[in-house]
Amino acid sequence: MSSFNNHTPFSVPGRPGGFGGGPQGPGPGAGRGNIPKVRAKNRGATIKRVWAYLNRQRVGIILVYIFTVLNAVISLIGPYLLGKAIDTAVIPGDYARLVQFCLLLLGIYLLGSVVAWVQAYVMTAVSQNTVFELRRDLFAKYQQLPIQFFDTHANGELMSRATNDIENVSNSLNQSVTQLLNSLITLSGSLVIMLMLNIPLTIVAMLTIPLVLLSSRKISGLSRVYFKKQQQSLGELNGFIEEKVSGLKVVKQYRMEETEAGRFSMISGELNKAGIKAQIVSGIVGPVMNLINNLNFALIAGVGGLMAYHDLATVGVIVSLLNYSKQFGRPISELANQYNLIQSAIAGAERVFEIMDMPSEYGDEDDGELPRLSGKVVFQNVSFGYESDSLILKDVTFEAKSGEKIALVGPTGAGKTTIINLLTRFYEISAGAVYIDGRDIRQLDKNALRSQLGMVLQDAHVFAGTIRENIRFGRLDATDQEVEEAARLANVDGFITRLPQGYETILGTEGGNLSHGQRQLLTIARAILADPAILILDEATSSVDTRTEMHIQQAMTTLMKGRTSFVIAHRLSTIQDADRILVIQDGRVAEQGSHEQLLALQGVYHELYNSQFKRAIQSDDI
Amino acid sequence: MWKLKSFLKPYWLWCLLAPLLMVIEVFMDLMQPTLMASIVNKGIMTNDLAHIVTTGLTMLGVAFIGVIGGAGCSIFSSIASQNFGNDLRIRLFEHTQSFSNQNLDRLKTGSLITRLTNDVVQLQTFVQMILRMFVRSPLLLIGSLVMAIRISPSLTLILLISVPLLFIILYVLIKLSFPLFAKMQVKLDGVNTVLQENISGIRVIKAFVRARQEKKRFDVANTEYTQTAIKAVRLMALNLPLMMLILNASIVAVLWFGGLQSWNYGLPVGDLIAFINYVTQLLMSMLMLSNALTFVSRAKVSADRVNEVLATTSEIIDAPSAKTDVIHNGRIKFNNVSFSYHKDDQHLVLREINFVAEPGETVAILGATGAGKSTLVSLIPRLYEVMSGSIMIDGTDVREMGLEHLRSRIGLVMQQTILFSGTIRDNIRYGRPDATAEEVEQAAITAEAHNFIIGLPQGYDTILGQRGVNLSGGQKQRLSIARALLIRPMILIMDDSTSALDAVTESRIKQMLKVQMRNSTNILITQRVSSVIDANRILILENGRIVAQGTHEELLLSSDVYRDIRQSQLKGEEAPYV
Repeated sequence: MSSFNNHTPFSVPGRPGGFGGGPQGPGPGAGRGNIPKVRAKNRGATIKRVWAYLNRQRVGIILVYIFTVLNAVISLIGPYLLGKAIDTAVIPGDYARLVQFCLLLLGIYLLGSVVAWVQAYVMTAVSQNTVFELRRDLFAKYQQLPIQFFDTHANGELMSRATNDIENVSNSLNQSVTQLLNSLITLSGSLVIMLMLNIPLTIVAMLTIPLVLLSSRKISGLSRVYFKKQQQSLGELNGFIEEKVSGLKVVKQYRMEETEAGRFSMISGELNKAGIKAQIVSGIVGPVMNLINNLNFALIAGVGGLMAYHDLATVGVIVSLLNYSKQFGRPISELANQYNLIQSAIAGAERVFEIMDMPSEYGDEDDGELPRLSGKVVFQNVSFGYESDSLILKDVTFEAKSGEKIALVGPTGAGKTTIINLLTRFYEISAGAVYIDGRDIRQLDKNALRSQLGMVLQDAHVFAGTIRENIRFGRLDATDQEVEEAARLANVDGFITRLPQGYETILGTEGGNLSHGQRQLLTIARAILADPAILILDEATSSVDTRTEMHIQQAMTTLMKGRTSFVIAHRLSTIQDADRILVIQDGRVAEQGSHEQLLALQGVYHELYNSQFKRAIQSDDI
Repeated sequence: MWKLKSFLKPYWLWCLLAPLLMVIEVFMDLMQPTLMASIVNKGIMTNDLAHIVTTGLTMLGVAFIGVIGGAGCSIFSSIASQNFGNDLRIRLFEHTQSFSNQNLDRLKTGSLITRLTNDVVQLQTFVQMILRMFVRSPLLLIGSLVMAIRISPSLTLILLISVPLLFIILYVLIKLSFPLFAKMQVKLDGVNTVLQENISGIRVIKAFVRARQEKKRFDVANTEYTQTAIKAVRLMALNLPLMMLILNASIVAVLWFGGLQSWNYGLPVGDLIAFINYVTQLLMSMLMLSNALTFVSRAKVSADRVNEVLATTSEIIDAPSAKTDVIHNGRIKFNNVSFSYHKDDQHLVLREINFVAEPGETVAILGATGAGKSTLVSLIPRLYEVMSGSIMIDGTDVREMGLEHLRSRIGLVMQQTILFSGTIRDNIRYGRPDATAEEVEQAAITAEAHNFIIGLPQGYDTILGQRGVNLSGGQKQRLSIARALLIRPMILIMDDSTSALDAVTESRIKQMLKVQMRNSTNILITQRVSSVIDANRILILENGRIVAQGTHEELLLSSDVYRDIRQSQLKGEEAPYV
């Protein structure tokens, strides 16, 4: 309802925004948990950037400008002509003139509607396309950001930026851009026409303007405070709901239902208090503006009547002035009404741009293809910490010859996964160097490097789509036969063909309809298809039962043949045949060697091994 | 939708006052054009200065009374609607607290959250709308009509054409745009799906260097959504210009016929102006009403969703004469227990399970993923209800016990760790908020969590983010073990709850538990043979059946499956090191 009142030729003392009163409280956008900050930090710069996005639709936006101006002008002409018609046709009883005026008015109104429609038609495309680009750019940016970014931000928050925040921008673009321009033109246009009609009456009409400004400032100031409080309480409440509903099983288990219900009604009560205040204040905007309007109405009518008495004004002029003074006051109170919308849009845009401004992980290395790597990996005095003040890896040095199987073992948090994160350049090393085939990996193109690394991770990620598509994710140009061959090698072919739809079975997001083990096998098939030079298996079988694991082990043995591979495993049984086992402890390579060598050392590995096997073996001896 | 009206009952006074005050405001609004007409007719046209002044003052007075009505309505409707929303929300939350796991599986957590947040806000807004707009608009409409007829019945006939026309246009637009908006929602879901997948699967995408392909996928979804949105919004954009055209055309018609009437029948000019004002008011209030109508359909959807939650009741409730003091030792006995999530025989997850766990014993359950291990243990605290057979604790069927009593004796550490925001201390003592600092620490020590906790800068007062985001998987598991230990359960169930721990830490926890929990009944789900070796009884679960049970030694002799599993973990090395 953007220009609801814009060409109301004769509006009556009614509510300013047309809609009964102010912001209606948190809309559907203010949903789950992540509520945009009510206030924006750097308004000017953000508006400028949104503007730059809008300007990409140059032709559209120019058309919108033109039609908005036309629209505003036409809506200004209407009341003028109506007043003129009463003065020069109705009162003197001039039939011919009345016909003329009626036809003219009809023409003008028709034109007005057409213009309004064209404006909305073009603006829809402009704003939707702008948001389209914003969304596309944000998505592209997500693809560019380093893993660290995803590790330090909650998924829900990243989602909310691309949905809620962009939605906020879109809502406001659709309304505010034309609204602002329209208000400006209406404001100045009404003033000019009023002055043309009657200068003293115009001054009388201006008398209430300070009142409008003052009260809308007072009220919007108050409502801002209360709305902010309401948003805060709402955010808290939503967070609580999200946490306690998704954790309901724990709540029930510890029989805290009543306690939680009590906590909830407290938080909800806070929201209620803030909400009532916010709603009352914003609900009062309407009546107060109404009062001021009516005051104005009475003033102009009274003074106008006096002037008409002295022949200083005509009835038509008074009627026109009454309407223009309303047109004049409306944009001001409307802007106050739109304040919240615009604020949250700017805050939303700001949150989007904040992400777009983050440094991306690509760009500085020499861009280029890599020849097939042989897979010789050297870590030389590598140190690294996720935070600058605490090192996770300290002076790690080791070497993997081409085709070797390297196992990484050690307690949780020792730094095994970190080594993998550095090899894949998900994170950049702080000191030392990593070489692959003799080249410092920092000199290699990240994408070229990663496309020669195959990874099977603990969290087996499956995309919405068919099983075939999911395996083919490993190599996009693979034929159907190659996909099925990879599945066979991964020991997953049997279960796939038993499904009614076979390879065309559609998996939900997060692979809902498969067990974890099955998903893991799919990701192994994916890695097989990718045919990487270096293979990384990070706890690939930890949440799979041991019999399935046996299948997976066979598949992985096939997979590892002829490739340098890095295996992280909790179960030492799976890595005993490794060419070299690195025992990582406290970020250092504590021991390295083959299984037998390490056992003979009687050190950390020996202890680890015993804790897993000793009792098994003892009981065997009985 | 009307089912929810009972939530308004406590606020009936406000619900009554708000519309009444609105009536005052509307009446005052309706008087303004008449007063204005009077100024023109009797004041200006006849040069009656006194009349102009008194009428002007009357207008002010009327405006003032109007603002009292308007503000009052706003205040009372806010109080009523906000309290309505608050009560509804609290009722909903309390109700969800009683849900069984089955209820949760069906309603879906995400959807439940939306119902408690968005849908309640939607309904709250709707109540406010009813109390304000649904009174104001019809009243204004009728009032304007009455006033218009009073001025000139014949001119009012113009409305006979324009009003139905307005309705037809509105109807056609809604009819046409509804499917488009529904389609838009579907396309938006498509955009969100790609987005969600890319955020949660970013490692895989980067590892396989698939950014370009994913961008293309997103572009397709984004384009489809944008195209549909443009179509839908453009269609709705027709609404306003068309309505305004009819409104304005009606006014021109009034001017035309009114002009004629003023000459032929002496309709005063002031009346003509007033008439135009009333017609405008009438048509505007119709526009508002039509707009408010779209709210009704949205509120209807929300009300249905909320009612569905309220209508869902847990099938797991206390029996009429639930026993509350029956668990003294914790002896568990499964008698022929079968279970299915779908309540039919086709999809049995557990079939005829029989076993006994004595106090002081450790019973281990071993089996493949999906064999039914977690389901089996979730039957003990009655998170799900058995389909046939029974579960007895100390000789009493769990269905005959009070839930509170039953669950207070059971410590269940789930596979998937759920922590809440708050301090580590609060998380550990979640089940027993009155536990002392020493007790909390003791539980943490037993769960091997104490050392990492005191290593944190804030120690036990470290604040965890939602779901404990700032901890590693192993740390979270240890906290949830400590949490379960603190309630000093008679029955301790650990559902693969050490999977993220390394073997050394795991075996240390085992040793501690052996001492601490020596009198309780311990049930352990695991995949590692090494963890079950010293269990008093090992159950091997396959496809919902117990295929073998016994001690490690017994099973080595009697069970091929067990030997298989063990072999797969030892990997064929016969006693590799002694």
